[in-house]
Amino acid sequence: MDVKDIIKPENLVYERTKNLTDKALSYCPGCGHGVVHRLTMEVLEELQITQDTIGVASVGCSVLAYEFMNIDMTQAPHGRATAAATGIKRCWPDKYVFTYQGDGDLAAIGTAETIHSCNRGENFTVIFINNGIYGMTGGQMAPTTLPGMKSSTTPYGREVELMGNPIKMTELVAQLPGTYYVTRQSVHTPANVRKAKKAIRIAFENQKLNKGLSFVEIVSNCNSGWKMTPVDSNIWMEENMFPFYPLGDIKVNGELVTK
Amino acid sequence: MAKMKGAVVVDVERCKGCELCIVNCPQGVLANLKSQVNAKGYPYVYMKNPDDCTGCTNCAVVCPDGVLTVYRIKV
Repeated sequence: MDVKDIIKPENLVYERTKNLTDKALSYCPGCGHGVVHRLTMEVLEELQITQDTIGVASVGCSVLAYEFMNIDMTQAPHGRATAAATGIKRCWPDKYVFTYQGDGDLAAIGTAETIHSCNRGENFTVIFINNGIYGMTGGQMAPTTLPGMKSSTTPYGREVELMGNPIKMTELVAQLPGTYYVTRQSVHTPANVRKAKKAIRIAFENQKLNKGLSFVEIVSNCNSGWKMTPVDSNIWMEENMFPFYPLGDIKVNGELVTK
Repeated sequence: MAKMKGAVVVDVERCKGCELCIVNCPQGVLANLKSQVNAKGYPYVYMKNPDDCTGCTNCAVVCPDGVLTVYRIKV
């Protein structure tokens, strides 16, 4: 059978969601941002809440997220996405609100806003992309950089005595009473992508319950910041990032998951 | 047993040649011909062994840029 006989509209099983604009993504080849953009938009399409969703983009590589997501979006000052989302959600409690932030934004300059939003139990979804580095500005050390990990400001590896310990934001916010669903996922293999999509779906469904904040961390690669090919960076991420940032649910339905 | 046959359409101009679809294809259908590049200069993927494709959508699911559209039929 010829390929042309298979390529017919009735045989379609997967295509790019219409919730993404036709603009080419500005991210590097192989970057996890593209997958998370697509998953978020697919979830909105499946839940049929595209018209009722407001996104808040952050500062970082994802600063232009509003160019790629075909929904109502705003762009918050550096680190203040959760503060902006608080205002939007309190004005329109029946709308679905989410923030899309990286580790430089959420875990560094926005730590105070993030922790207090989680503690207040604001009713929106936080999507947090953790790649352990400041990708947009040229691969400098971030709060989430692993001990011994090389970056452009730690060329000999991060020394814990001098530069302190990396911060596990997801475990931190899971301890706060305001969070309802806290999980950590990744998007480097098809199985992990499908799990991450389920997590994002739960995080949006939870907004109907008015029980608190849903926090989804996605451990992603930054192949240009890590100076590797996309395939190598995913292998490096499996070997080095996952032992420190273990995948899985940390808090489900307001209860900490005991392992 | 019914056999699935699939086909993948590559949006050549969006592809950035990251090759994540190639390593995640269980059938080894996709490949990257490094000598051919799109308008942006990225070498893009193509179906090297179209007969082996089962339309599992793994390639399209991991693609960061939404390049791939998957079709599948039962034969």
